[in-house]
Parts: sequence; structure tokens; C-alpha cells
Amino acid sequence: MTATVFTQLEQSLLQSLQVPAPPDADEALPLSPERPVRSLGVQHGILVLELLPEALVRVARGLRDDFGFDLFLDVTAVDWPDRTPRFDVVYHFYSTTHHVRIRLKVRVHQAADATAPDVRPEVETLTGLYGSAGYMERECHDMYGIVFRGNADLRPILLYEGFVGHPLRKDYPKQQEQPLVPYRPPQSALVR
Amino acid sequence: MYGKQLPIVDVTRPAPAGASAGSATPGKHATFEYLTTRKDELVGWARKFSLFPYPFVTACCAMEFMAVSASNYDTDRFGAALPRFSPRQADLLMVVGTVTQKQAPILLKVYEQMCEPKWVMAFGVCATSGGFYQNYASLPGIDRIIPVDIYVPGCPPRPEMVIDGIMRLQEKIANGRHPIINDRF
Repeated sequence: MTATVFTQLEQSLLQSLQVPAPPDADEALPLSPERPVRSLGVQHGILVLELLPEALVRVARGLRDDFGFDLFLDVTAVDWPDRTPRFDVVYHFYSTTHHVRIRLKVRVHQAADATAPDVRPEVETLTGLYGSAGYMERECHDMYGIVFRGNADLRPILLYEGFVGHPLRKDYPKQQEQPLVPYRPPQSALVR
Repeated sequence: MYGKQLPIVDVTRPAPAGASAGSATPGKHATFEYLTTRKDELVGWARKFSLFPYPFVTACCAMEFMAVSASNYDTDRFGAALPRFSPRQADLLMVVGTVTQKQAPILLKVYEQMCEPKWVMAFGVCATSGGFYQNYASLPGIDRIIPVDIYVPGCPPRPEMVIDGIMRLQEKIANGRHPIINDRF
């Protein structure tokens, strides 16, 4: 049942995005704004689309308006420290009418220029389409340092002001603490 | 039994053979005429049976705290019955669950609002040592920021462990010093 839903969805998505053929067949063709889908498949029962970042907002709007994906479930990131586009930004959407999920992946560079280390990984915000994206983009910015272009409020939401670094990046030392209250010297509980 | 026996001597009754507890004449009235005890033991005895806990509940150990407060295990038997919902009215701070670095200033403020005398119980392995969390987010034991009197490990601790912790804390209170005017004022 779900497989047929996926097949129909896949066909209509391919038609809607005007992709000439399943992109897995001809990987050699360069990706372009007209051909933004890097790969398309079903993983663990979820339809997965990997996109160019330029097409993200367009595809998300199409999914929301034409395919009924009306619920923004989550946005998170994956850090691949040795890969050249270092981050995957991963979106999940859910259709409350069709009861299916879809996952979008976008590859984001750590920096556009290696000589400028301050250049930040950026991707377009989805707050214009889904109001709930604001909070989850704040969390993703906390944890991975992804900058969502157009999201005006990227204050820390789970971390606190003054926290240095992004703790879910692979290069953050996993036991490094940044205490807000200075630690007291160790004392025995038997002596008071 | 635990702790010490009640350190009050009833001098209206005849002293047992071998003991020389005063030279009282028995049976004049059926009431106490006078008591002898030490101030620290009397105050400690009074304080150990009137613990007013303030539950600082942050995580899943709260379920076990509810179990230990409810009728099956019933901390009322130990005088620690009524959770106060203001730290200013409490003298036992029960830190139940994981405390994050972001929440550490709140815990410190709650502790500083409590009046002396006050005791702290670290409830569960996260509050005692951070447990299996050793990362950017969680505080590795609340004794990094406030003094702790009794540690109850376990993830979560059984209610029996908590009751044992309360009894050991009572023992500690009963055997401790209780300055009426301490060095802080």
C-alpha cells in the first residue's frame, strides 16, 4: 500500500520537478537549478530526496502546496568532517492527509573560501513556509552552527549565551564542559 | 532499628538494676517531672523527624519520587511527608534527576534561598555524579556547586534505597551538632 503511494508520489514529483529521467541512472549529468535532484529513493519506508540548496525552498513549497505535506516535522544536520560539502541539512515533512513522510537532504559547505574561516555554512530558511521551522532552525543553529538565511531570530534555544562552539559537530571535544557556575573544590559528604 | 534511642530519661520510673540514673522516687505522678538530655541530641531528635523536603525535580527520577511519596512507600512515616513548594519553607533539598549546566544557576539560587539548617539529598545517579552523561550539557554531580549530605545512586533508585537514604540522613542529623547560634550569625 505504502509502496504504491511512494511510486505515485515519486512519479508526480519527477514530473513536477521536470526531471527527465531517474537521476540515479545518469549520475554523470551535472546538477543544475533545472535539474536539482541528486538522488531519489526509499529508505526505511521514507521517500528521500537529495537536492541542490538552491532548489530547497521551491521544492518545499511544491511539497506543501501540491502534495499536502502540511506538517514540518524536523530539521537537523549531519556532520561529515572529511567530506567537502561538510554538512547535510536534513528536513522531514509529514502529510496529515496521506499519512506519509518525506525527507529532504541538502549538502552545505562549511565555508565558501578556505582562506576565510569565518564564512558560515548557510542555507535558506523555511520560516516563510512553516512557522514551526523557526524553533527547530534555532536548535540546529545551536548544535551545528548552520546559519539559516532569513531567520531573524537565531538566539540560543537549548544552549546558553556565551557558549563557545557547536557541540554536535564532530570536532567539538566530547567531554568539554562550559559551566555557568564555578565548581567548588571536592569535599567529603561526611564532613559538613 | 537505626540511630540512637530517644535520649530522654524518665526519672519517675525506677532505674533498672545496675544503672544509677538519679535518685528518683517512683510513682508520685504519672507524668515526667524533669528531663535530662544534651542540647544537641534533643534538637537533633526534633529535627530529624520534621524534615520538610523541597523536591527539585528535573527528570525521569520524578516517577520514582512519586512512588516513594505515595502510599505504598510513604515517606510520611519518617516525618518527611509534606513537600514544600517554596525553598524558603524547606530544610531538605531533594535534587531529583539530571541537572544541566544551563540549570545550575537555578539550583544554586534555590539552595541559597533555603534557611539554615538545611540538608541536600542527591536523588539518582545523575544528581550524584552525572551518571552516564559526560558531555557539554550536563552537570557532573550537583556536589560541584552545592554541598550534598546524602547520595542515593541508581537509575532510578528503588524506593527502598530512597527510604534508606532518608533514614541515614536522619541518623546523620541526630548525631550531628546543632549550634543554636552558629558561626554564620
